[in-house]
Amino acid sequence: MSPTIIRNGRIIDPANKRDEIADLYISNGKIVGSKSEIRAKLSRRDGKSEIEEIDAKDLIVAPGLIDMHVHLREPGFSHKETIESGARAAAAGGFTTIVCMPNTSPVPDNAGTIAWIKDRASAIACVNVLPSGSISKNLAGEELAPIGSLAQAGVVAITDDGHCIQNHEVMRRAVEYARMVGLPVLDHCQDYNLVGNGVVHEGYWSTLLGLPGWPAAGEEAIVMRNILLSELCDHPIHCQHISTAGSVRLLREARARGVKISGEVCPHHIALTDEAIQNFDTNCKVNPPLRSRTDVNAVLEGIADGTLSILCSDHAPHADFEKEVEFDVAPFGIIGLETELGLFIDLLVHKHAKIDIARLIEMYTVEPARLLKLDAGTLSRGSPADVTLINPDLKWTVDVDRFRSASRNSPFDGWKLKGRAVRTMVGGKTMWKL
Amino acid sequence: MKQAKQKTSGAAVPTMDAEAIRRALQRIAHEIIERNPQLTRVVLAGIPSRGVEIAQRIAGFIHQIRKINVETGVIDVAMHRDDVGTRFELPMVRESKLPLPLEERTVVVVDDVLYTGRTVRAAMDAINSFGRPSRIQLAVLIDRGHRELPIRPDYVGKNLPTSGNEKVKVQLQETDEKPDAVWLEREP
Amino acid sequence: MAGKGTMTTRWTRKDLLGLRELSADEINFILDTTDAFKQVGTREIKKVPSLRGKTLVNFFIEPSTRTRTSFELAALRLSADVINISVTTSSLTKGETLKDTARNLQALHADILVLRHSSAGAPQFLANRLQASVINAGDGAHEHPTQALLDLYTIRERRGKIAGLRVAIVGDILFSRVARSNIFGLLKLGAHVTLIGPSTLVPKEFEKLGVEVSYKIEDVLPKADVVNLLRIQHERQRREYFPGILARSTAASRSTARSPTDCTASFSIKSPTVWQCAWLFFTSVEGSRDEPHNHSKRSNYRSRKQAR
Repeated sequence: MSPTIIRNGRIIDPANKRDEIADLYISNGKIVGSKSEIRAKLSRRDGKSEIEEIDAKDLIVAPGLIDMHVHLREPGFSHKETIESGARAAAAGGFTTIVCMPNTSPVPDNAGTIAWIKDRASAIACVNVLPSGSISKNLAGEELAPIGSLAQAGVVAITDDGHCIQNHEVMRRAVEYARMVGLPVLDHCQDYNLVGNGVVHEGYWSTLLGLPGWPAAGEEAIVMRNILLSELCDHPIHCQHISTAGSVRLLREARARGVKISGEVCPHHIALTDEAIQNFDTNCKVNPPLRSRTDVNAVLEGIADGTLSILCSDHAPHADFEKEVEFDVAPFGIIGLETELGLFIDLLVHKHAKIDIARLIEMYTVEPARLLKLDAGTLSRGSPADVTLINPDLKWTVDVDRFRSASRNSPFDGWKLKGRAVRTMVGGKTMWKL
Repeated sequence: MKQAKQKTSGAAVPTMDAEAIRRALQRIAHEIIERNPQLTRVVLAGIPSRGVEIAQRIAGFIHQIRKINVETGVIDVAMHRDDVGTRFELPMVRESKLPLPLEERTVVVVDDVLYTGRTVRAAMDAINSFGRPSRIQLAVLIDRGHRELPIRPDYVGKNLPTSGNEKVKVQLQETDEKPDAVWLEREP
Repeated sequence: MAGKGTMTTRWTRKDLLGLRELSADEINFILDTTDAFKQVGTREIKKVPSLRGKTLVNFFIEPSTRTRTSFELAALRLSADVINISVTTSSLTKGETLKDTARNLQALHADILVLRHSSAGAPQFLANRLQASVINAGDGAHEHPTQALLDLYTIRERRGKIAGLRVAIVGDILFSRVARSNIFGLLKLGAHVTLIGPSTLVPKEFEKLGVEVSYKIEDVLPKADVVNLLRIQHERQRREYFPGILARSTAASRSTARSPTDCTASFSIKSPTVWQCAWLFFTSVEGSRDEPHNHSKRSNYRSRKQAR
């Protein structure tokens, strides 16, 4: 690929505390410090150098964004999504690095499956795909997976996402092992007994519609469990897709005491409330469910005050025929790679003014990179040239038919948003542009 | 009565006033008495809405003349219409009331306006589901012509030749809470 | 109540999915026309030709005798053709999805589909995809509109009105679609509703709907004008929600000061409310058969004016 100069953009690089209008120089797939460092070939024809110039006026130049909660469904469920299509969707959403979840078939509870995923990704994926390993064998929640060999195989974290270990003792041992090998632990917080066969948030709407409820306490009980274990084992635990006011409160209090606990937010948990389910639209059926207005407000506050430090999508593709069934038998999940950035910019920065765009970028770069100990999320000199160009004021309308993802299960079709990625570069090569 | 001003629905031509209506119904009462020696076997069954009031008035006149209380009833035809499914607006469904059994009785169907005859056909269909009267007769206040079925009235208040783009409007004191009147409205 | 001069129907919906979305006017309209339909069953010839040539499909995924028979009887009295599909005879057991079933029903050219299903929202699912009028005969714990309409009719018949009455609904409210539909209907028509049962089956959350919640039957019954006793829905609960179910319900029925309403109504009362639903849907079906999704188009089409 040719060397590149991105001109006149607003460079926001929180890792280096940079927020200024400047040019960004890329050579040989890496960020370089200045134009003089660019090793450009001279064209044989006219002797002029082949430097590509990208005009980034009025755009934000950010480190390539990281989405650490994505379901790529491969191996095993390629009718919903594949590593290839998921990566394309990520690029179209402005993401250069994604972390894929282990609820595949087979489950990556062994080095072999991890190796398969990594090979496939390096062959076919247009963005960086980082695998997570499971905590328990086959996600059954009983026996621990070989965490040591998963670490060696190159997972960036362990999680049973999709499932949740109910036995606190088993979880404790998992956290201790993870500490030994230096792997972060991510947890999908769901107490199976409290939740039962709940399909929507237990509250006014579940009562009105006669649908089994998923009480907020079902999430909070496990958040509490994780806080205690994080303290006990002195190891970071990251609570996935936080959705309730109680969870935010628990995290806030624990973090104030210095507990190594963190939380992430998915866009649907602030864009919609449980009122959205009243037409039994299965595109609103998600785990954890859409919550009440009070919960949404608490989550917004949690983002504003830093209690919730990471943004992600929980991109959960399902085929049309799987979602187009009765509400209570439909699978849970909303796709998000191609809408999350737009939704978060529109809601957090513009509509509710909870954070500024720099903090938003930080939550998509520095924070996940720090948690997962990734060499990513910065525009430091010498780092891979993973860059996302964002137009924070671009108005656009979501059109699911134009998604790169193989699936269409999104409740946001037709939404008018302000803010969008306009170009995604991985290793200096443009993988997607608007 | 002066001619009404030109409105969007066209001119209104008055046809019968309250006195004319009263005389017509009284005459019908006489005719019914003439043709039905056994008045106790007669049922004046009105088709809602205005047919019901007309039937009651005729019964009132019969009582004035003969001091006999002729039975009245209601035949709701909404469920028996043959145009259910081709019209968007259908009449309200109401309860029918007929004194039973109908065998050996003469049912006089009473309506305000006789036009295509389909309403009367539906009324006869409805009556059949209640029983089998020995005779069915028909009394109408206005016969405006344009029959689409072989149906003829036995008692007519007024014959009123009309054209297709005219509407016959009837107003009755009890049903409409306005003075009795019949007039024609022409579509422009 | 319809005025003497009111000549036309006031119904513009393609489907009857529940009472929550109906206005008081629409509910009253149905109740007002019940007597006329009820009377057909007392005639010598119990048949009117209104739905002649139309096809009504009873599609019952959950078992039912009374409701299905009522709909069948209503359809036959309106001269419709009836097809009964139950869970054992349907292809759902072979893994056919509801969407495929919808396609098959569309191919049958069903005019009216009466659906009873264990999943809340299933009638809406089919109503969105079919041109046929869909009548919800009970979907999970969500709604059972015809049963509630029957209950409202019974109350109105016995008490003369609904507004201002104190109605107590007793039993398993949480899992009861009959309770929900009754709550919506009673509140819309101005009744004062109290729910009574153990707290596991009558969560406080219900108060947000506009009803009172009480756990002491002896406090509520003396002041109640109407009592609606529900049965315990064993099939819908996921586990023992409270101990001694039998003891509680026996105590409830024993402590009833006045006689409860007929929640086990006989056919002759049940059928009419159901018939006019068939009638109403039939008339609105004819409005436009092109696009089942375009409900707004349909109601524009059918703007109701006084006939004269």
